[in-house]
Amino acid sequence: MGIRLSNISKSYKKVKAVQNISFNVQPGELFGLIGPDGAGKTTIFRILTTLLFPDEGSASVAGFDVVRDYKAIRKSVGYMPGRFSLYQDLTVEENLTFFATIFGTTIEENYDLIEDIYVQIEPFKDRRAGKLSGGMKQKLALSCALIHKPKVLFLDEPTTGVDPVSRKEFWEMLKRLQKKEITILVSTPYMDEAALCDRIALIQDGEILEIDAPEAIVKKFPKTIYNVGANNMYKLIQTLQNYEHLYSVFPFGEFVHYTDKRDSIETADLKLYLENEGLTDISIGVTQPNIEDVFMELAK
Amino acid sequence: MKTIGFIIQKEFKQIFRNKGMLPIIFILPILQLVILSNAATYEVKNIKFAYIDYDHTSSSRALVEKFNASTFFNVLTDFPSQEIASSAMLSGEVDVVLEMPTNFERNLLKEKTAELSITINAIDGAAAGVTSGYVNQIVQSFNKDVRMSIIDTSKKIVQPVTIESIPSFWYNTTLDYKTFMVPGILVLLVTMITLFLSGMNIVREKEIGTLEQINVTPIRKSQFIIGKLFPFWIIGMGLLTIGLILAKIIFNTPMLGSLLLLYGYTSIYILVILGMGLLISNFTDTQQQAMFIAWFFVVIFILMSGLFTPIESMPKWAQIVTEFNPIKYFVEVVRMVLLKGSDITNILPQLLKTLLYALIMNGLAVWSYKKVS
Repeated sequence: MGIRLSNISKSYKKVKAVQNISFNVQPGELFGLIGPDGAGKTTIFRILTTLLFPDEGSASVAGFDVVRDYKAIRKSVGYMPGRFSLYQDLTVEENLTFFATIFGTTIEENYDLIEDIYVQIEPFKDRRAGKLSGGMKQKLALSCALIHKPKVLFLDEPTTGVDPVSRKEFWEMLKRLQKKEITILVSTPYMDEAALCDRIALIQDGEILEIDAPEAIVKKFPKTIYNVGANNMYKLIQTLQNYEHLYSVFPFGEFVHYTDKRDSIETADLKLYLENEGLTDISIGVTQPNIEDVFMELAK
Repeated sequence: MKTIGFIIQKEFKQIFRNKGMLPIIFILPILQLVILSNAATYEVKNIKFAYIDYDHTSSSRALVEKFNASTFFNVLTDFPSQEIASSAMLSGEVDVVLEMPTNFERNLLKEKTAELSITINAIDGAAAGVTSGYVNQIVQSFNKDVRMSIIDTSKKIVQPVTIESIPSFWYNTTLDYKTFMVPGILVLLVTMITLFLSGMNIVREKEIGTLEQINVTPIRKSQFIIGKLFPFWIIGMGLLTIGLILAKIIFNTPMLGSLLLLYGYTSIYILVILGMGLLISNFTDTQQQAMFIAWFFVVIFILMSGLFTPIESMPKWAQIVTEFNPIKYFVEVVRMVLLKGSDITNILPQLLKTLLYALIMNGLAVWSYKKVS
């Protein structure tokens, strides 16, 4: 059960979208596909939701093969594409009823599953879907994807273009759904959301860089990360890039994340170097690596 | 079955909520029928007529008077010479120039024969042909008058035997072009609207992304297609009804045959058009592409349907091509049933071909519709 991919490859003409992808998602797990745009996340979703045949390899969803048993898969998965794809000219309620009907069920039958989400948009049930705000559209899309009580839920970049509050709410909803024994595969380009998944796969250019629990992935980070701050951010990055012991430097909020080639360094040396280069208000401190650091490291 | 019913319900809701769609479906066809039926006439009127009279006799004046009396010709002017007449024709001031040579009357009386020269502007070939027909009619009637007057003055002359044909126009006794055109325009209207609407419909779902969502559901291909196309079948039949009512009220088009038969045939014909629409949908990604392809076929089909130009006068290869034109069969059937009162045995060949066409089109369309890419 859950999701299983082994050696999946798919090309569009000459462009290799995904290459040799293998991973398993346990039943009831919240699994994240983390990667930048164009990494191949949507292709994986389209293969798993039987919209696309893989060129090579095999995959199964909820115990059904994506090529042989595609009909069974369609009955037991919910899919929320990255782009809002409900009928904009139908009302909230009509959309939900429509999807319930084509899955051979009714809103009442599975109301308990969507209740948490649907109550928030119920006051607007007579409004046309096209006239909803971004966050509400998303809740409606999620309700429609859940209305037939799927075993596996596929969410392709559900939080792209959504405000931070709605994003947070959305992840809380996913956590609650997970408790109802729904396996969830979610993709996102936001590294901060990765930490909310049980396990994640970091993916770039159609290849998987790393699969593990977010904490474990972070622990594997080989270097010590220093949070460096100064009065002039731009100059700070430039100065660090010219530093002889530099391993990597990335801007991170109001600081930069700096790693050194040497295993251990004296922060005073670094501070001195920066001061000599004319920077002031320098602060240097050790910080915990996060998913973004790992991704930047792996993607190097 | 419940699923199909629900999709149909959803489609109708969407059609009636689309503010731009309603006028397209109901107002445009009415305008089309009223405007085209009045404008698409084969009659040529107000022909700009001029003459060069070198003869200046009572006979030549009588001939000009004949043209003047005709409602088809506007006698504009007389030109003193051929050159001036030619330049007037070139600048588009006149369409027909009649030249009566010197001794026109004398030759007519003495030698019983005379020659006239007629120049017709044939930049519009069809109009020129009709004009030539009118001119001939007038000259012939003049001929008859002259002959009578000759007989009157000299009884000795043996009257030549003349054969006169009096045509009787069956199924359209007064040769009213509207009787002929209105059923044809009706075809155009049913075809265009249903093809465009059905062709753009599934593509629209592709464009807005809902098709992807639908394809992940367990809905069957056949359920979805029937549910999507059935509303347009209804709309097509509705259009036929509106068209027939307007034809009766405004143009008093004769409806001799069984309307039930016409509806029966149309119900099959619309399946062909819907199948085509679906096929176009399957091979296009945007409504724009679908629209252009639908236009391409509609224009070719209409021009080769016998609606405006008779198929019999097309070259052989074009006539063979028209065999594959469903609009041709519909035009034939509508005209046969309405004007001639044909029954099912008369339209059986068209009916069978249309049925075959419907099966092939829909078969291809369903086969090429894929939920998986």
